[in-house]
Amino acid sequence: MKYVLNRLLFFIISVWAAVTINFILPRMMPGDPADAMFAKFQNNLTPQAMQALKLQFGFSNQPLIEQYFTYLKGLVTGHWGLSFTYYPTPTTTVIAQSLPWTIGLVGITTLLSVFLGTALGIYTAWRRGGWLDNTLPIASLFVQAAPYMWTGLLLVYFLGFKLNWFPLSHGYGDSVEPSASAAFILSALRHGILPALTIFLGSFSGWLIGMRNNMVVTLGEDYVVFAEAKGVRPSRLMLMYAARNAILPQITSFAIAIGNIVSGSILTEVVFSYPGIGLQLQAAVLQQDYPLIQSAFLIIAVSVLLANLIVDLLYARLDPRVRTGGVAA
Amino acid sequence: MEEQPVLELDRVSVVYESSAGPVRAVSDVSLKVYPGTIMGLIGESGCGKSTLGNAIMRLLRGNARLAEGTIRVMSTDVYALSPRELRTFRWNTMSMVFQSAMTALNPVMTVEQQIVDTLKSHRPHLSTRAARERARELLHMVRIDEKHLRSYPHELSGGMRQRVVIAIAIALEPSLVIMDEPTTALDVVVQRSILQQIQELQAEQGFAILFISHDFSLVAELARQVAVMYAGRIVEVADAKSLHLDVAHHPYTEGLLRAIPRLTHEDVEIEGIPGQPPDLLDLPNGCAYAPRCPYVAPICSSHQPELHPHPNGLAACHRFHPTEGGAPGWPSPAPLSKWTT
Repeated sequence: MKYVLNRLLFFIISVWAAVTINFILPRMMPGDPADAMFAKFQNNLTPQAMQALKLQFGFSNQPLIEQYFTYLKGLVTGHWGLSFTYYPTPTTTVIAQSLPWTIGLVGITTLLSVFLGTALGIYTAWRRGGWLDNTLPIASLFVQAAPYMWTGLLLVYFLGFKLNWFPLSHGYGDSVEPSASAAFILSALRHGILPALTIFLGSFSGWLIGMRNNMVVTLGEDYVVFAEAKGVRPSRLMLMYAARNAILPQITSFAIAIGNIVSGSILTEVVFSYPGIGLQLQAAVLQQDYPLIQSAFLIIAVSVLLANLIVDLLYARLDPRVRTGGVAA
Repeated sequence: MEEQPVLELDRVSVVYESSAGPVRAVSDVSLKVYPGTIMGLIGESGCGKSTLGNAIMRLLRGNARLAEGTIRVMSTDVYALSPRELRTFRWNTMSMVFQSAMTALNPVMTVEQQIVDTLKSHRPHLSTRAARERARELLHMVRIDEKHLRSYPHELSGGMRQRVVIAIAIALEPSLVIMDEPTTALDVVVQRSILQQIQELQAEQGFAILFISHDFSLVAELARQVAVMYAGRIVEVADAKSLHLDVAHHPYTEGLLRAIPRLTHEDVEIEGIPGQPPDLLDLPNGCAYAPRCPYVAPICSSHQPELHPHPNGLAACHRFHPTEGGAPGWPSPAPLSKWTT
């Protein structure tokens, strides 16, 4: 219980720190968003209009501390600012439109990669030296060794362009509108396969080899030998004694991976023009869309922290040594 | 009619395949352990004693394998069992306490789960309730408060962990328990109490123990007979009571006896054994101990001595049976006694 409170407190402090840094960083940069906006209108902006814009974006000559509280109030009440690129759409709306695509694509793919990689890692280590162990880790490593956006380009070229099996880009077809209809879902799935495959191939090997190596080390531990000697059934030995311990480092990696789910797989989304947050973020950076960048960063930071909180709590469930602070070795 | 031994090793050799060639870690070992007795197995690090323990349990891993000989436990050839039979045979009939008290328990399972797991693996029809009851009983037997049933290994001291391991080892009332340096990782006080515990349990339950150790005085106190191992071979099997320098022993045993520090005799000097243990990849011809032996004779470097009876047991030394061509002046062999293998 103390551990849980401890983690929660840490989470709250971290979120506050992330929010504050997110406030300070843009104010330390040269120029301001209104200048960028001004530049965008290519001098066709009167000083009055410029002033109006500044007011609209919440820029004022207030003392910094007052700005800070205005900012905090805005965050809580959902006023995160307006996007330049899609002016006058609020950034929250822009993010709300692209985030589901990313979470759907990267999230499902990551989970698939983690589960499949971990399960096969357990199996290949258990059947060490077997045919699967002799082929799969090397094959997967070979694929992962290629930069994943290049893998994506190859997939687009061969499976999309040459064979015409899958669409080349975008999240769904032009003929359908986002809705709960079967046609849309089917179209979204067809569009998702190539980017999903790209991300999967780019990450699967890490999960597989990581788990396999942990597992091989754990299988040599005394408690596994002792359990084998005391007659524990092979399946139980593999899962409850070996994998149960070997999986702990994977959980940590998974926490990091969850962060990537929200921040998106920028390059993959760019290659496939996939309407996720990664593509949005890239566009925002190119357009100097400060409010959107800021909002996106905030969402990413909070998501990563939240994911870490969940994993910390999960870790305590999985490893009793963490709960008590691990006093004895 | 001779009593049936619990453990019967017949010319057992264990080989590790290494890149430099096969290494005979255990060579031609014959030994019998009788029901309800404690046999000490002693030798320096790397002499093959732990390998022998693992070989008996059929727990040899990786590049180690039983090259020759048979191992029978309760008249069953351990290496003739199918994997399925082996899984039930181990622990029901023979069990083992490992050297590593600190790491032999699964860190993510409670003490109770690990004991219950042992019971249920062998008695699938046992109810969880009965298994837990037995777990509680076993903890009482090794004098651990039952509140520790819910403890995780990291919450227990080293001594307590080893007690739990011992409780798991005797959970199914085996006939033979192999103890591979069960007290090495513990401090002297805890060591003492664990040994006492082992003796009590052994007297109560009547299982036989093969007690592997490098601590001569400890084994001499605990065991009835002691087998001394050198370079993979048993060089002497002696009555534990005879383990002092007033009687003749294998030269290696004598060397070990001289190396024991004594608090009671001020004037006795502690002596190490000169030289190094031999390289198992490059064993000398004849007796492996010859290069370090103070009694060495020409025959020693050409003929491997066999275990032969001597006044206090068996010894593999040409000194005790000059009929094979030993040097004159050595004591003539004593009449055969109970020490027939």
